[in-house]
Amino acid sequence: MNRDLIKFLAFATLILATPQVLSGSYLMNVLLFVGIHTMLAIGLNLLLGYAGQISLGHAGFFGLGAYLSGILTATYGWNPWLAMPLAASVVGGLAFLIGFPILKLKGHYLAMATLGMGIIMYIIFNETIGLTGGPSGLSGIPAISIGSLAFDSDQKNFYLIWSFTLGMTLLTLNLTNSRIGRALRAVHDSEVAAQVLGINARLLKVQIFALSAVISSIAGTLYAHTMTFISPTSFGFNFSVELLTMVVIGGLGSIYGSFLGAALLTLLPEFLRGAQDYDIIIYGALLMVMVKYMPGGLVRGVPDLFRKLLKKRGARHA
Amino acid sequence: MQFDQLLQYLLSGLSTGAIYALIGIGFSIIYNATGIINFAQGEFVMLGGMLTLLFLETCKLPLWAAIPCAISVATASGILFERLAIRPLRQPTPINLVIITIGGSILIRGLSMLLWGKDTHAIPPFSGEEPIAVGGATILPQHLWILGITLLIIAANKFFFYYTVSGKAMRACAYNRRAAGLVGIDVRRMVLFSFIISSAMGSVAGIIVAPLTMTAYDVGVMLGLKGFCAAIIGGMSSGGATVVGGLVLGVLESLGAGLISSGYKDAIAFIILLLILFIRPQGLFGKAQSERV
Repeated sequence: MNRDLIKFLAFATLILATPQVLSGSYLMNVLLFVGIHTMLAIGLNLLLGYAGQISLGHAGFFGLGAYLSGILTATYGWNPWLAMPLAASVVGGLAFLIGFPILKLKGHYLAMATLGMGIIMYIIFNETIGLTGGPSGLSGIPAISIGSLAFDSDQKNFYLIWSFTLGMTLLTLNLTNSRIGRALRAVHDSEVAAQVLGINARLLKVQIFALSAVISSIAGTLYAHTMTFISPTSFGFNFSVELLTMVVIGGLGSIYGSFLGAALLTLLPEFLRGAQDYDIIIYGALLMVMVKYMPGGLVRGVPDLFRKLLKKRGARHA
Repeated sequence: MQFDQLLQYLLSGLSTGAIYALIGIGFSIIYNATGIINFAQGEFVMLGGMLTLLFLETCKLPLWAAIPCAISVATASGILFERLAIRPLRQPTPINLVIITIGGSILIRGLSMLLWGKDTHAIPPFSGEEPIAVGGATILPQHLWILGITLLIIAANKFFFYYTVSGKAMRACAYNRRAAGLVGIDVRRMVLFSFIISSAMGSVAGIIVAPLTMTAYDVGVMLGLKGFCAAIIGGMSSGGATVVGGLVLGVLESLGAGLISSGYKDAIAFIILLLILFIRPQGLFGKAQSERV
């Protein structure tokens, strides 16, 4: 654990130092999204990378979190600090309930069922116009504040979002190194073997599904209060696929990989400014290439590649 | 509720249902041959419509020539997809297959957007737009084309699977791939066949529905998912059960849109999908199977 802690502290220092370098630049705004996306990718990775259960509906949980706290604060004047835990528990409870029937399914069927679940939520965001504002969106969501300190600039939001993201990172690192983490990996490799060893695989899968939904919901709340405006298009099927791409590119079952994938996919469109609509093509190609040539993601694939190259060179010298 | 109106919903539901059935059978054929749910299935439906448009407008071909051209190109892309994405996969775990077919579907959709832009396009109906009165309801000639062509394809399908050597070999693969391989059936070729048949069927579905609903680069997502829903209702059978599944879904959707709310129309398919998966994953007509470990 000590080495892990040092790794984490180095990571956290690196992240928290970035505003010193980039302060005032528009990249600060992009880094907010890197933070939110990292949180989402970590949530999905818990489910996909550790427990081996796919979800193509996580954008729905993200959206539900955003809408619940958006509506509670903008329409009903709640304090965001109250709305966030309420939204998270509603989303978590919902995921827990859906989890039992949905996680009975496996592989392709699970993928389709979670996809259907995500699309149903997307349709609800669009159609309950009285609550969500429908396709034209919900505006006037207040910024989060502590006392008189309002998180209303990119710089301030950076610290808010990243303290959540780093907290979540620490929590998941701990979780995956614990008995639960090992149980999850056992379920990933063979559900039957895990059950034989006394792991309640079904309950564990549902719990992890609910936990990753809660993480998505908190990310949604932070997103809503940072943007102050939300609309259904941010929570559709495409975004679920984008999240999946982040996790797969970074590396299944690697927390830092999720950060890497989220950072890469969030920064990529910034460098491809001219080709805005076409980033989806790049996601598609990336997904196919990664699964084919680097199934372990960048975190494992790149070191492997180096090792191979070094070996080749070593062989030549010998 | 008037009888005429109900009849109207029923008739239009049946023709959309026929489309879902065709797409659903495409899903089932690939699933039975390979155990893969091809998330890119809907893109072949889209390609059918968009390619017909390409041959009609850019190549100035007449409709009767544009359609076969479109089907061939869509089928070729199905072959390419199998060769480039599915066959070379080193670790064909279900999750990897889901991810790679999703990647492929996004890629095809994105390239189509590059090629044709984001506008919706219309294809002229096959034979006029004069509505035909049926009882108190009216249908368009295109509806009849849809029902007729679907019927024809389903019959041809049945014939292929039961009376030709290749069809029987494919069924053998569906029952037990290993045993099929042992008696000398080239399983990989059957996998390729299944992609050929289902991309061709998907593109036909896309072509015959395009005059009614317009077509665009992104129509494949919804049509594909609803086709999958039809297949799930039918228990992933590549025959009658999926056809019934498609028709039931089409009619329920059309009734739901007419009687409840058109905004929630798309949700109906997914609610049915989830219910079936939760309660009867073997399909509405299937027998329960014991789980193999």
